[in-house]
Amino acid sequence: MEFSRVKSLVHKEFLLDWKEKNSIASILIYVTSTVFVCYLSFQTIIDTTTFNALLWIIILFTSVNTITKSFVQESENRLLYMYSLANPQEIIMGKLIYNSILLLIISLVTFSAYALFLGNPILDLPGFIGALVLGSVGLSILLTVMAAIASKSSNNPALMAILSFPIIIPFLITIIALSLNFSQGVNDAQNFRYFFAIGGIMAIGITMAYILFPYLWRD
Amino acid sequence: MGKNWWKILGVVLVSYSIVGGFLVPVPELPILNETIRNTYFHIPMWFAMMALLSYSLFHSIKFLAGFDLQHDNKADQSVQVALVLGLFGLLTGMVWAQYTWGSFWTNDVKLNGTAISMLTYLAYIILRGSIEDEHRKAKVAAVYNIFAWVMMILFIMVIPRLNDSLHPGNGGNPAFGSYDMDNTMRIVFYPAVIGWILIGAWITSIKIRIKNIDDTQKYA
Repeated sequence: MEFSRVKSLVHKEFLLDWKEKNSIASILIYVTSTVFVCYLSFQTIIDTTTFNALLWIIILFTSVNTITKSFVQESENRLLYMYSLANPQEIIMGKLIYNSILLLIISLVTFSAYALFLGNPILDLPGFIGALVLGSVGLSILLTVMAAIASKSSNNPALMAILSFPIIIPFLITIIALSLNFSQGVNDAQNFRYFFAIGGIMAIGITMAYILFPYLWRD
Repeated sequence: MGKNWWKILGVVLVSYSIVGGFLVPVPELPILNETIRNTYFHIPMWFAMMALLSYSLFHSIKFLAGFDLQHDNKADQSVQVALVLGLFGLLTGMVWAQYTWGSFWTNDVKLNGTAISMLTYLAYIILRGSIEDEHRKAKVAAVYNIFAWVMMILFIMVIPRLNDSLHPGNGGNPAFGSYDMDNTMRIVFYPAVIGWILIGAWITSIKIRIKNIDDTQKYA
């Protein structure tokens, strides 16, 4: 695995999305309109449990919609060309890094819009942003692998959601518990255990992606 | 006879655990009372399910190592049998929960973890159904199976330790831990576990053979 090639793969992803700006724009409009629907139905949320649950559900659905495309959008021919230039580990690492950055931007935008419309009850903001960063990186790791698996089937559009939701849940409930602690200003030993679990799941996800993607990338 | 002794052993052990489970005296504990006998039926289901899922994982790895479709068949059939055993485990657990905790479903990490694991393996079956090409199906399913197994271990091993559970041995819950199960209970419990694992293996082996016959007829 060469890092220069991973770098140029990430660069390629950025160029692709920059060329077709409407895919990024459509995600941002998706987020904004979802947040606006929440605003119209809730007006304001004071309860931190509801605030967190709703925010993470929005982020979950947005990220599933975003990452599903990452293996489907490219044509078979271009994939074939790419596979002759780089090895599978480099390709999956490039995808992981790019999706993490993309999801990070999306979740920060989501949170800003959400806090702007629905009010901001968060007590420990830096900690909460940290949880948001961890959460979006972790989600992108797990969802990228699931997208690679789901892209192998062409006739089932719901497959991505069916495959990824059960896999995502342990990660998601831990990250929700962590961000709930931060939004209530609780900073105790429990948070450390959550960090440990989240780090563990992320490490396992990266390792498995690295080992298993070579079996998935071409038939 | 020589090849089939474990099938006979499985039937004998399960019959023994059914008879013994209802007749052998059990410790008298508050709240649990006679429902403690469910130990002989509820917990062996999970052991048998875990054994079959691990067997399935083993064959998924073997498939990725050599791309022999026979391994894929074994992995697929054992997941199906494991799902049925998991469903029985869930049902016996729900009945037990109704009589001890007061409702069929409580917001307990182990219950939710099991439900999620079963959803994961149902997704495995949906995934297999939605890919036509045999080799591609086998490869993708093997990768997902490895992922699903690792995540299930996370549900069972890691997440319950972050939260309290109503189950024995978690969160300072009395009921019975391993120390409460007395020796008469062990005499029935361990044979029940081994018996149900053997029965699960037997059903799986029959299903594998049926699938093989189907395939030879299809491609003949």
